[in-house]
Amino acid sequence: MLTIATGNKAVAAAAKAAEPGVIAAYPITPQTEIVEQIAEYINAGDLASQYILVESEHSAMAACIGASVGGVRTFTATSSHGLLYMHEMVHWAAGARLPIVMANVNRALGPGWNTWAEHTDAFSQRDTGWLQVFVSTVQEAYDATLMAFKIAEDERVLLPVMVNLDGFTLSHIMQSLETVEIGDFLPPYHLPHAIDTENPCVYGPMTGPNDHFRFRWDIERSMRDARGVIAEVEREFAERFGRSYAPTEDYRCDDADVIVIAMGTLGKEAEVAVDRLRDDGIRAGSMRLRWFRPFPDLDLAGREVVVIDRDYSFGFGGVIAGSVRAKTGIEPYSVIAGLGGQEVTYNDIAGFVRDRRPGEETWFGVNEDV
Amino acid sequence: MYEIRIHSRGGQGGVTAARLLALAAFRDGKYATACPFYGAERRGAPVVSFVRIDAEPIKIYSQIHEPDLVIVLDTSIMDVVDVLQGLKGDGTVLLNSAHPLEGCGASCLHVDLTGIALARDLVIAGSPILNTPVLGALAKMGIVTLPSVQEAIREMFTDERNVQAAEAAYGGLKV
Amino acid sequence: MRERLALSRPTEASSGKTGSWRTFRPVVDRETCNACGLCAQYCPDGVIDEDLNIDLDYCKGCGICANECPKEAITMIREER
Repeated sequence: MLTIATGNKAVAAAAKAAEPGVIAAYPITPQTEIVEQIAEYINAGDLASQYILVESEHSAMAACIGASVGGVRTFTATSSHGLLYMHEMVHWAAGARLPIVMANVNRALGPGWNTWAEHTDAFSQRDTGWLQVFVSTVQEAYDATLMAFKIAEDERVLLPVMVNLDGFTLSHIMQSLETVEIGDFLPPYHLPHAIDTENPCVYGPMTGPNDHFRFRWDIERSMRDARGVIAEVEREFAERFGRSYAPTEDYRCDDADVIVIAMGTLGKEAEVAVDRLRDDGIRAGSMRLRWFRPFPDLDLAGREVVVIDRDYSFGFGGVIAGSVRAKTGIEPYSVIAGLGGQEVTYNDIAGFVRDRRPGEETWFGVNEDV
Repeated sequence: MYEIRIHSRGGQGGVTAARLLALAAFRDGKYATACPFYGAERRGAPVVSFVRIDAEPIKIYSQIHEPDLVIVLDTSIMDVVDVLQGLKGDGTVLLNSAHPLEGCGASCLHVDLTGIALARDLVIAGSPILNTPVLGALAKMGIVTLPSVQEAIREMFTDERNVQAAEAAYGGLKV
Repeated sequence: MRERLALSRPTEASSGKTGSWRTFRPVVDRETCNACGLCAQYCPDGVIDEDLNIDLDYCKGCGICANECPKEAITMIREER
C-alpha cells in the first residue's frame, strides 16, 4: 500500500508486519511515536504482540532478552540516553546470541540537553556485537527494519540488529511509504538455544577464560558471515519487493575524483551536493555508508575522500574518518558536522568538497583552529 | 522543486498543515516531504514547518532557506520573526488575515482562515483550527488540487466541517 | 551443535560428590525440631529436601542450617574418617 508516513511510523509498520511475540519499550524523544503507534496497533487488535510496560530501557532490553530466549521474536525501540541506559543489556543480548531487533532514533547525548540528530549514541554501542544499519529515507526505515529480523534470525548470524534513523530529521519527516505484504519473507522464529523445559539448562553461568574467548570469537565469526547473509537477504528483498540495497549506496561514484562519505540523512543530502558540484565541473560522488557493523569493504582506490562525521571520539577524531583511514589507508578530509542537529545543507556539503584538505580535520561552523 | 515555509505558533496546527499539504501533493501524484522544525517549542511559541513538492524524489533534509511560498498562520508573529527572510524574488506570501497588510510585497495574498474556522465552530482547546482551511487556499493557488485536498483532509480527520472550511477558503481567496 | 554461548546443563557431581569436602556433619535432633523448614531455605547447596532429610553426598558441612535453626536442633559433629 502506498501512503505517506513519518520515519517513526514506518518503523512501527515494519515491526507490526514482523509480528513479534513480545515488544518491550520505554518512550523517549524522538522515538516516542514508534511506541505510541505500536500501542495503537495492539489496542486496535491489529497486532497480537504482548506489549510489556517497563520502567526503564534497561528493563526493556532485559525483557526482550528473556522473551527472545523464551522462543519468540522481539522488538524494541529507543534513543540516546535510553540506549545508553540499557548499555549493559545491549552487550548481554549479543553475547547471549539473541536476534533482537531494535530501532534507535539517533539523538545527541547531554549535557546540554539536546534532542536532535547525532550518531554518538549508536557508535557508543559499537563494540557490543550488534549489527548496525543506518537508513536515510522513510521507505528505507521500513525496509531495513523488516530485513533486520531476517538477518538477525539467520542461524549463521544469531546476533541482534540495530536500525538507526536520524532523530527528527528522519523520524519526524513525512515522505512516501510503500508497505508490503511480507508473505513468507520472514520464516517462523527459531532459536537453536531457546529455553526447553524438558531439557533445562543454566544461561550465562560462570565461564572460564578459554571458553569465554571461544564465544567472543564466535561472535566475530558470525559478524563475518553476516556480510554474506546481509547480501542474500537484500537480494531476496529486491526480488520480492523491488527495492535494492547494498552495504553502501553509491551515487555517481564510477568516474568520481572525490567521494563524500556520510551516513543517514546527511548521506542522502550529499547526493544533491554531488549534482551541484558536477554542474560546476567537479567530478564528485557520494558513498552513503549503510552498514556500520559489520563495516563494509570500501573501494576508494585512487580517489580523494571527504568524510562527514555526525559524531566524535574525543581525543581521537571522527569515528567514520578513522574507520575509513584504517580500512583503506586513505587520508580523508575529516569534517565534523551536524552534531546535536546542527543544520547542514547540500550547499554546505558542496563547500566541504570544494575546500577539502586531505589529512586535515575541520569542525563545521567552528572558527578557531582545530 | 516548490518549497514552502509555514510560520505559526505552537498549538495552531502548522505542523499538521505541513503534513496535510504533503499528503495532498502526494495524492496529486507528486513527491512531497513535510518536516517540522522541532525546537524547544511550547504552546504559543513561534514555530516553523517546511514542505517540499517536486516531480522527482526529494533528497533534501535541511531547512528551507529560500522559500517559494511563505505561509503565515498568525500575523502577530511578524513582529518577532522576519517571515520574509530568504523569500525568492518571485516568491509569494499567504497570510491568515481578513485584510491586506502593509510591507508584505506585491505578491501577498490573504484569506481570513480564523474567521472561516470560527464560523464553523472549528475550535480545539481555545484555538481556531487553521490547518484544514489553509489547504483550500493552497488549492486555489494551484499548489495542490481541491480533490486531493478534500481526500487528504478526510484521510486525517473524520469531522466533515474541516472539508467545508477548506472549500470556504478556496472560495474566499482572491488570487 | 556449534557452541555459541555458555550453557550449563545439570549433571550429577560434575565436581565429584562435594560431601567429601565436609569436616563437620549436621545432625538433626528430631525431638527438638519443629519442622519449620528454615534450614532448607537457607541451605546454599539445596541439599535439604521437603522432609528435611540432608543429602550427605553433597552437604559441604558449612553449618548455616545449624546457625539458622531457631530451635537449635542441628548440631555440627566432627567427621571421623
